[in-house]
Amino acid sequence: MTTELAEKAPLQYVARRYPWRTVGIIVVLLVGLWGAITVATNERFAWPTVISYLFHPKIMAGLGMTVFLTFIAMVIGLLLGVLIAVMRVSESRTLRWSSGLYVWFFRGTPVLVQLVFWYNLGYLFPQLSIGLPFLEPWVSVPTNSVVTPLLAAILGLGLNEGAYLAEIIRAGILSVPVGQREAATSIGMSRAQSFRRIILPQAMRVIIPPTGNETIGMLKSTSLVSVIALSDLMYSAQSIYSRTFEVIPLLLTVSIWYLVLTTILSFGQSKIEAHYGRGATAAERGIANRNELFHLLRRPGKGA
Amino acid sequence: MPTTTTSTSVDVVDVHKSYHHHRVLNGISLHVPANSVTSILGPSGSGKSTLLRSINRLIPIDSGTIRVGDQLIGYEERGGRYHALSDRDMCRQRQRIGMVFQGFNLFPHKTVLANLVEGPQVVLRRPKRETEEEARELLASVGLAEKANQYPGQLSGGQQQRVAIARALAMKPELILFDEPTSALDPELVGEVLDVMRRLADGAETTMIVVTHEIGFAREVSDQIVFMADGVVDAAGAPGDVLHADRSPRMRAFLSRGLH
Repeated sequence: MTTELAEKAPLQYVARRYPWRTVGIIVVLLVGLWGAITVATNERFAWPTVISYLFHPKIMAGLGMTVFLTFIAMVIGLLLGVLIAVMRVSESRTLRWSSGLYVWFFRGTPVLVQLVFWYNLGYLFPQLSIGLPFLEPWVSVPTNSVVTPLLAAILGLGLNEGAYLAEIIRAGILSVPVGQREAATSIGMSRAQSFRRIILPQAMRVIIPPTGNETIGMLKSTSLVSVIALSDLMYSAQSIYSRTFEVIPLLLTVSIWYLVLTTILSFGQSKIEAHYGRGATAAERGIANRNELFHLLRRPGKGA
Repeated sequence: MPTTTTSTSVDVVDVHKSYHHHRVLNGISLHVPANSVTSILGPSGSGKSTLLRSINRLIPIDSGTIRVGDQLIGYEERGGRYHALSDRDMCRQRQRIGMVFQGFNLFPHKTVLANLVEGPQVVLRRPKRETEEEARELLASVGLAEKANQYPGQLSGGQQQRVAIARALAMKPELILFDEPTSALDPELVGEVLDVMRRLADGAETTMIVVTHEIGFAREVSDQIVFMADGVVDAAGAPGDVLHADRSPRMRAFLSRGLH
């Protein structure tokens, strides 16, 4: 048998052909081409107008505000998120319960409502005071002079994000095997040392992908602050088109900027993922990717 | 092997531990002399691992005392009462006690060398160069000098466990606890880990307590064999005295199942 095979000319492998795949490729290319031509030639898109507003001073200022809000809300969200996640996995029932309540409330109410709530804090508490409870306050100021639209936006977005990130970070902490903490403890590490040096770095692999999604989501959620008259990218566009009625071109302008920013964020995310993927086997990376997929499927949008 | 300079004895007196009304340790008492090797054998569920983990207080006990050298583990005696130690003091006690786990538990996000220097640098705050030098010597002594810059995930189970032993040794412990160190290994990798442990035992510079199912290994290296059943010591003594089938029906049942 074997000799018979060996005497024949060396066998060649021929790749299998997939005719339907070829058909699919052609259809996709045709539809894409048609779409591109339509969008480019339809004058109502007013591309020259879109481009002329791209670097408009108002749009630039709004862009700066959007980036600033996204950054500051994510920083607050991360700090709060770590704190609440640690409380959630605490041995104390009170801490677990109260942090659960926080997540329940801030995740369970629309961000839009939360923003308007913080904006109208002065209605509920006309004066903000510093002092001991039940005693004459030491300092007292009108709420509206402290809670500006900017602070209301930062509070609204940051506190809300904290609840989401707490759940993501908690899932990350729980993904690290118990043996890791035991090993850290056995070489004499304190709880804080083992959390910072052993648990958190490993949890990051699970935390980063959904946090990247959250950041991109936050970038777009900041457009909600237009309801409390804070001039972010969206509000700036609105304020221009309410005078000139160039609604569609201006929405295209801001969409271009949102796309630019999300592209940059996605790039940054993949860099950070590579950093925290050190030492992970291919199978483990697969798990992290599955988590990301799960997250995307579970929560298609945060909605206002 | 470049290891420790001092070693210590262990005294367990009347220790109880229950999980949800299930008694795991039932008033167990045990003496392990300094510089000796003690193997703990026994059927599964007899409380071997729980005992081992209570010695470095990975598991808190319900009553009784555990002393490593002259130090009471987890508590301090003040005014005739036992006060629980602070997290910081507990960490200080654990620095002297090394542990090797069934599942290795190496830090997967750190290289082999970084695994070894983590404790000395972060916990003991010793200088980088010195600790790295020592870590490389330790790696060489377990035959893995060339793996220093690899990640644990790139090593075989046997190699990982040898690194884990080196990581425990890097803290220069007075006592090392081995929790079924070969149970998670493929049969052909058991030998290399036992070899390392055997050399460590021959060096006799550190006290070793080994929970194991490897009866042959235990018989060969141990100064003392402790046979546990139902949360107490059923028999303890020199290997030749304890590992006899006619000692008790329990021992006969255990040996007939365990001997390969």
